[in-house]
Amino acid sequence: MAEASYPEDLLYHPEHDWTKIADGVATFGITWYAQDALGEVVFFDPPEVGSSVTAGQSYAEVESVKAVSDVFAPLSGEIVEVNTALGDTPEAINDDPYGAGWMVKVSLSEESEQESLLDRAAYVASLT
Amino acid sequence: MTGSGAPLEDNRLHGDPGIERTEIDHAPSAPTVASAMQRERAMTIFEKGAPGRRAFVAPELDVPVTGDLLPDRLRRTEPPRLPELSEPEIVRHYVRLSKRNFDLDSGFYPLGSCTMKHNPRLHERVAALPGHARLHPFQRPQRAQGALELMWNLERSLAEIAGLPHVSLQPSAGSHGELAGVLLTRAYHEDRGERRHKVLTPDTAHGTNPATVTMAGYEVVKVGTNPDGGVDVDDLRAKADADVACLMLTNPNTLGIFDANIEQIAAIVHQVGATLYYDGANLNAVMGVTRPGDMGFDIVHFNLHKTFTQPHGGGGPGSGPIAVSDRIEPYLPRPVIVRGEDGTFDLDEGSGSRAKSIGRLRGFQGNYGCFVRSYAYIRSLGAEGLKDASEVAVLNANYLLARLSRAGVAEYLPLAFGKLCMHEFVLSGAPMKKELGIRTLDLAKRLLDHGFHPPTIYFPLLVDEAVLIEPTETETRETLDAFADAVAEILREAADDPELARSAPYTTPVRRLDEAAAAKRPVIRQPL
Repeated sequence: MAEASYPEDLLYHPEHDWTKIADGVATFGITWYAQDALGEVVFFDPPEVGSSVTAGQSYAEVESVKAVSDVFAPLSGEIVEVNTALGDTPEAINDDPYGAGWMVKVSLSEESEQESLLDRAAYVASLT
Repeated sequence: MTGSGAPLEDNRLHGDPGIERTEIDHAPSAPTVASAMQRERAMTIFEKGAPGRRAFVAPELDVPVTGDLLPDRLRRTEPPRLPELSEPEIVRHYVRLSKRNFDLDSGFYPLGSCTMKHNPRLHERVAALPGHARLHPFQRPQRAQGALELMWNLERSLAEIAGLPHVSLQPSAGSHGELAGVLLTRAYHEDRGERRHKVLTPDTAHGTNPATVTMAGYEVVKVGTNPDGGVDVDDLRAKADADVACLMLTNPNTLGIFDANIEQIAAIVHQVGATLYYDGANLNAVMGVTRPGDMGFDIVHFNLHKTFTQPHGGGGPGSGPIAVSDRIEPYLPRPVIVRGEDGTFDLDEGSGSRAKSIGRLRGFQGNYGCFVRSYAYIRSLGAEGLKDASEVAVLNANYLLARLSRAGVAEYLPLAFGKLCMHEFVLSGAPMKKELGIRTLDLAKRLLDHGFHPPTIYFPLLVDEAVLIEPTETETRETLDAFADAVAEILREAADDPELARSAPYTTPVRRLDEAAAAKRPVIRQPL
């Protein structure tokens, strides 16, 4: 995805992660800004299904041609699904960060945590 | 390969002396025709030659053939499948490969924290003396007295430079020296009955520091950076506790900034009983000016291949000796070089006298050729010369920084921290990316068309779009000016047409490489 984009229907964490919540299950991924800063992603090291994640803590690693970086969880909960397709096509994180580049689905333990996340306008404002 | 090596030192075999990359006036724009080297498919030597072709024919055997020297189980049943080539083919193959590479002997190579300084030819002459070059690693110490004396003297010299009394030459790379240092730290704590599980590293640290810590079985705890680019002392104080085994520090750090709080940092670390480790990657800034031992460090590693002149950048061999304080000495790797009362040298392998040693770190005694070159360097420069080298390295870096702080560059590539620097400095390409639409990677690639090796890019990680430049003391003012002019030219050109930089380089044997594919699908096997 060549042009910056930040969908209106997502919530954002200041460490450049997004989440979309539906029926108590949240999908996590990294933002356009994050993938652009990383450069081409060559490897995604996923967590295990069933492991727990804590808001603001690292839950996975992405490796780009520049560096290995931690991916931070915007919310807490238990991982119920991992995007295994990223094993073969980690470039989806660059090409489609809000679609095919999603990373994990998490059953939320603290739904109230989402109140501390940023909406599109606040996140975009934080980038400048 | 069959036959003898090619005489590569023969000057007639080298490329056209009329082509000097540093004499390029203007970097070419996108060419429409690929050069011969770009069109050529690079082949390995295994893909060349033909059966039966020979570079060397051995004389007929003039001694009786005996069949019982090797037992049958150790004999090959069929000959190895080696390339079969004539000598000119071999010579051309390797000369061609050397021309496809960028090297310090053909151009400026300001790769930050790598200290790509000139390697004086005198050192090669000394290292090539038969007594050095043909010394067998199995030679008994009694028959290798000269070599042991050189190593013993090198140890004393390095001890003086580090300000720490005991040296081991065994580690064969900077990262190997780091591992030695962390293993020594572990042995020291365990000997005192302490079990500590954390090692602190600043977030400006070289990537090898956390890797070493993890390999040695410790947990990495990162310490933040203050607004001046040094260690965040409050953060250090908060994280330094009785579980911390060591703080690994590079001073000056990878931002090219000397941490003036070093005595305070050493006090905090020692107060909790941890060791203070000096990563010698940036020693080139302070040789003979200040000593890690005087700053309070317990363990230091040197990069002989950086600071003390070895050809490097091609993967080795390197050399990463360590110097340690009295309290760490009992754990040094063995064997230790000792001098007897009669002035003769020996290797003390004794397990009794060195019961607390962490043991051997490698076979034989280290990369001896590196020892010879570095000893030649230290002796030919002397104490004053080493200090001069560091001072000129710092002067050159500050001159280049000043040149790159002029209008036309500074607004796109500002200095990330501080105002002055030590031997290297970090610029941020973030405004360049935003204003001109080219990334640090594009700038680096375009520099190749100007005949310069790019600086280190995207490191240290805490600087966005980082460019880490280390010119070293061996570059002339003209070269530094030419580099600064090239950077300014690339930025000017990008303001008109950013695509030129985005598609660079144009003049190199290979164009923009697919780094993502290289990382995801590396070709690591050669079918024979």
